[in-house]
Amino acid sequence: MTIALDAPRIVRTQPILQATGVSKSYGPVQALSDVSAEVYPGEVLGIVGESGSGKSTFLRCLNLEETPDRGAYTLDLPDVQGNLFELDRYARRMLCATRIGIVYQNPHQGLLMKHSSSGNVAERLLVAGERRFAVLREKAREALDASEFPLDRMDAPPVELSGGMQQRVQLAKAIALEPALLLLDEPTTGLDVSVQALVLDTLKRLQQERRITMIIVSHDLGVIRTLSDRVMVMRQGRVVEQGLADQIFQDPQHAYTQQLVHAKL
Amino acid sequence: MTPVLDVRALSKGFTMHHLGRNLGAFENVSFSVRPGEFLLLKGRNGAGKSTLLRTIYRSYLADAGQILFASDHGEIDLARAADVDVATLRQNEIGFVTQFLRPRPRVTAEALVAEPLRRAGVATGEALAEARHWLGTFGVKRDLWAAYPTTFSGGEQQKVNLAGALILPKKLQLLDEPTASLDTSARGALVRRLAELKAAGTAMIGVFHHAADVAELIDTELDLSPGAAPQEERDDVAV
Repeated sequence: MTIALDAPRIVRTQPILQATGVSKSYGPVQALSDVSAEVYPGEVLGIVGESGSGKSTFLRCLNLEETPDRGAYTLDLPDVQGNLFELDRYARRMLCATRIGIVYQNPHQGLLMKHSSSGNVAERLLVAGERRFAVLREKAREALDASEFPLDRMDAPPVELSGGMQQRVQLAKAIALEPALLLLDEPTTGLDVSVQALVLDTLKRLQQERRITMIIVSHDLGVIRTLSDRVMVMRQGRVVEQGLADQIFQDPQHAYTQQLVHAKL
Repeated sequence: MTPVLDVRALSKGFTMHHLGRNLGAFENVSFSVRPGEFLLLKGRNGAGKSTLLRTIYRSYLADAGQILFASDHGEIDLARAADVDVATLRQNEIGFVTQFLRPRPRVTAEALVAEPLRRAGVATGEALAEARHWLGTFGVKRDLWAAYPTTFSGGEQQKVNLAGALILPKKLQLLDEPTASLDTSARGALVRRLAELKAAGTAMIGVFHHAADVAELIDTELDLSPGAAPQEERDDVAV
């Protein structure tokens, strides 16, 4: 038996993200059961769990792509009020375009594969209302550069690029508007180990330089450990445990987390 | 002087679900540490020395007891503090030096050492200059400063680790066998740095396989072997 933890006393800022009691079912399948999470400004929250644990569904809910059956979701940002799950389609689209960035495991989900890479990044800016061509191009260039994308290829379409490069285009698109929240869904899964290390390094650098608040979902414990401050463990649509990253990996409390941590190579 | 850390009746065990049992690590441990005091943890292998350090740092969760820390924000019980509060204290007030560096791919030695300063808001140039100073002090060869520590030998990695871990003075510094795998000159540099931090008021709790390495720094000892006497002051230097 361990001691229950207190509410924060030293950190006086409000969490930038608060999700409470999020539940979602697909027919008889309960994908999320009463999932709650809090993320503080500049923090990186890692979510681990096996396939089917609900971690990606939860992330899609936070990206307002999916509407849960129950639950509340607030972002502590100027001009953003109320339960975001209740926003209409237009308001959702604007909020996602301007405040939330996302990188998917599969670049096809996040990119137009046959349009130029710079155009993919600029599209995000267009949605937010920018119409001046020179500004669009310059901002796309800056975002691609920050994502360590080789600028001599900025007009190549993603379909012609390697997997690691495609992830950099997604990342550039996600950070082009300097979002308050960056969501990462298995961003390095399927990449070669060496490419994975480079993408992780870029993410770490962006996080440190810009203090972007991030939520990263992965079944790869190494990825989660490298990037996260805190970790949430999910199984069968529920949160089984959460804590500081080193505590989850060194002193896991739940039987499932112990099994997960000990299964790591 | 009020203690920096006041540990009361602290107990820790590990529930191993796959074995279906609970492994006790230590029980009912009490002690306190004042500013500038160096406490040596003693006891044979498995007595719970490293476990105690990790419980204070909150890499491990305590089962019972209190870990009262006199933070800049007032007294806080580390056994119960919220995760985000602990994360904040780790950045500014509580340090932990282990025997192992966690190098990251494609991050140079000097950038890694400068990281705590960067996080504390020091400008890049200044942080790098300070990092290079400490790499030099711990005896890391100049050629290696801009190289990636992933490829370094164990001894060189440990020097990088120490340079980074001790670059920012903390209120409480936890030390888990930092002298393991160090050569004589690096050990000398470590003892000098610890003495300097101690003189400036950092409280330290350490586990050392060869306590003779830090004999001159030790103020008090705590034996974690079952049935040992409580915390004792020492004024002799022999170990």
